[in-house]
Amino acid sequence: MKIHEYQAKELLGARGVSVPQGRLANTVEEAVAAVKPLIQATGNAVVVVKSQIHAGGRGKGRFLEHPDLGGVNVVLDGLKGGVEAAEAAVRSLAERMLGSTLVTVQTGPEGKQVNRLYVEQGIDIEREFYLSVVLDRATGRNIVMASTEGGTEIEEVAAERPDAITRETIDPAVGLLPFQAHALTWRLGLRGDAAKAGRRFITALAGAAIELDTDMVEINPLVVTKGGDVMALDAKVSFDKNALFRHSALASLRDLSEEDAAEIKAADYGLSFIKLDGTIGCLVNGAGLAMATMDTIKEVGGEPANFLDVGGGATTENVTAAFEIITRDPSVKGIFVNIFGGIMKCDTIANGVLQAVHNVGLQVPLVVRLEGTNVELGKRIIEDAGLPGLVVAGSMREGAERIVELTR
Amino acid sequence: MSVLVGTGTKLLVQGLGGAGKFHVDRSIAYGTQVVAAPHPTRAGEVEVFEGEVDASGVPGRTGSYRVEVPIFATVRDAVAATGANASVVFVPPPFAADAIMEAADAGVELVVVITDGIPIQDMVRVKRYLEGKRTRLVGPNCPGVITPHECRIGIMPGYIHETGRVGVVSRSGTLTYEAVKQLTDNGLGQTTAVGIGGDPVNGTNFVDVLRLFQDDPATEAIIMIGEIGGTAEEEAAAFIRDHVTKPVAAFIAGTTAPAGKRMGHAGAIISGGAGTAAEKIAALEAAGAVVAVTPSDMGDAVLEAMRRAGSA
Repeated sequence: MKIHEYQAKELLGARGVSVPQGRLANTVEEAVAAVKPLIQATGNAVVVVKSQIHAGGRGKGRFLEHPDLGGVNVVLDGLKGGVEAAEAAVRSLAERMLGSTLVTVQTGPEGKQVNRLYVEQGIDIEREFYLSVVLDRATGRNIVMASTEGGTEIEEVAAERPDAITRETIDPAVGLLPFQAHALTWRLGLRGDAAKAGRRFITALAGAAIELDTDMVEINPLVVTKGGDVMALDAKVSFDKNALFRHSALASLRDLSEEDAAEIKAADYGLSFIKLDGTIGCLVNGAGLAMATMDTIKEVGGEPANFLDVGGGATTENVTAAFEIITRDPSVKGIFVNIFGGIMKCDTIANGVLQAVHNVGLQVPLVVRLEGTNVELGKRIIEDAGLPGLVVAGSMREGAERIVELTR
Repeated sequence: MSVLVGTGTKLLVQGLGGAGKFHVDRSIAYGTQVVAAPHPTRAGEVEVFEGEVDASGVPGRTGSYRVEVPIFATVRDAVAATGANASVVFVPPPFAADAIMEAADAGVELVVVITDGIPIQDMVRVKRYLEGKRTRLVGPNCPGVITPHECRIGIMPGYIHETGRVGVVSRSGTLTYEAVKQLTDNGLGQTTAVGIGGDPVNGTNFVDVLRLFQDDPATEAIIMIGEIGGTAEEEAAAFIRDHVTKPVAAFIAGTTAPAGKRMGHAGAIISGGAGTAAEKIAALEAAGAVVAVTPSDMGDAVLEAMRRAGSA
């Protein structure tokens, strides 16, 4: 589960991680009202107006409606004109940013509507770094990863300057140890007060990441200010959804407007669904088989319209919901149901498919491939129903070939 | 011969909820020896399983079965009383990590975890806890381990399996069934099929199972089924290159998956350049494995690998 930057900073700030002061604004007036208290509290006349969407690359992103306007804007007007000039500039920015569509490298060409702004104090930056806490799958442990290349994507740094990355592995029995925090700040080149602030920052961040059951915490850039402070200029946090049961407060941070409607509905029915760009809808049990089904469709010349795993214990209700999600997509020209029933019986699936077709209707060709427990009974149920446009296939490859033919 | 489980396996069951009960019943019908179940409030009771034997399971059994599985307060008590040497965990996600560590503390040699959805940080702690202990963890979020006609631990359909020559190891449940069925249909059969699970932090990995199969005299060839995400397949490829002398076939799911999207399993996510199907396939081919283009070709890929090695 992803959250917004302002939410991430609030959560981390409450756990001892140093973050700039800022205020959330849902309206132009709220954005303007944030300026004066920020300038008064920090003594810095510079403020920053930041678009709050879940995608990254906001600074370099541009608004569809205002091609010259970026997603993150530094307001310098207060330096000469005082609070009133800063307020006027923020008003003008907020009017154009709120409700407009921001396109970044991560949003796709359609972009995302900006409904929230974060107005933040300006920071005098001395140096920028990268810092994250992530799982190292090779060892099954969390690591703190840092780089001197602040502001650059870590994948890019890993490919081009791997020596710029330093890491420490966290032993879950004892947590991140002081010598490790010291080693990280030393290797980043921090000395004196900045090193002390850096150690405090890293220790607090590692603790917060584990306490909150995060999938990933990324601070990029982490900045050292001219005053020797260490702060998170940006913060990206996502949570392990399997651990949300023990963090009830986090549920309210979810912003459904940032998520795909079909993917939300799928999750409500225990389905894993991801929308893709092709024309063949897929309904499969098991994530590996679902991916392999997409691969097979592509191999025989088609393009999958989605990834959909109904899971191991699918009921008629789940299958119906899956059908509804698939058929609602106007680009779907045919559907391929591919089931290897283990404990799930093929006759159950067959009945589920028929029920779904009955409820939802069938406007496009449907190929069903069943294998596993009670396969003969399942096939008979489907064949006896005699639905026009429904084909039963013997193998995954044959099924993929048939549906690709039928949608040509 | 086989690996991990066989006729000597005495299984205890952690988690007697609906799913646990159903699947354990299928294991008993198959002929697996289920000897005990720990439960916090039902010590002293028995759980009764009865039904018709599964004809595809342990040979020589016919008619019906009735098994009374004794319930103990703790895993330690269950092991002391019954000599159980393996456990299957169906405990719900919030309590699964504790169940695994309790089994390890009691010295259970093999713990197979079916539970899907265990928090990652819980598994990080479990993995640390298991260091230096004798317990081998398989899973979590896996279909289990089966040696055809001997012992079934998990949730796979028993009838598709047949005793034979090929060791199967896989990160994906349903793709394991695909491979197993093809190996049964083409007459090669399986020594043991091991599902290692699709979670980012798991116990036994590809390399562990490859080593077991390499050392198992009955296993003549191996198929490994991987998917995008992580580097487990690349590590397996390096191990195959350096240590596996038997023919190896492979399949990698997710060639067409878009980057940065999570495909069901937490493990199946690719970001940056790491863990793409193309990289994994290249590494496996360079190590001498025959990689199936589609999952329908897995059985043929094993035959091809054995033919190249002169053993088919």
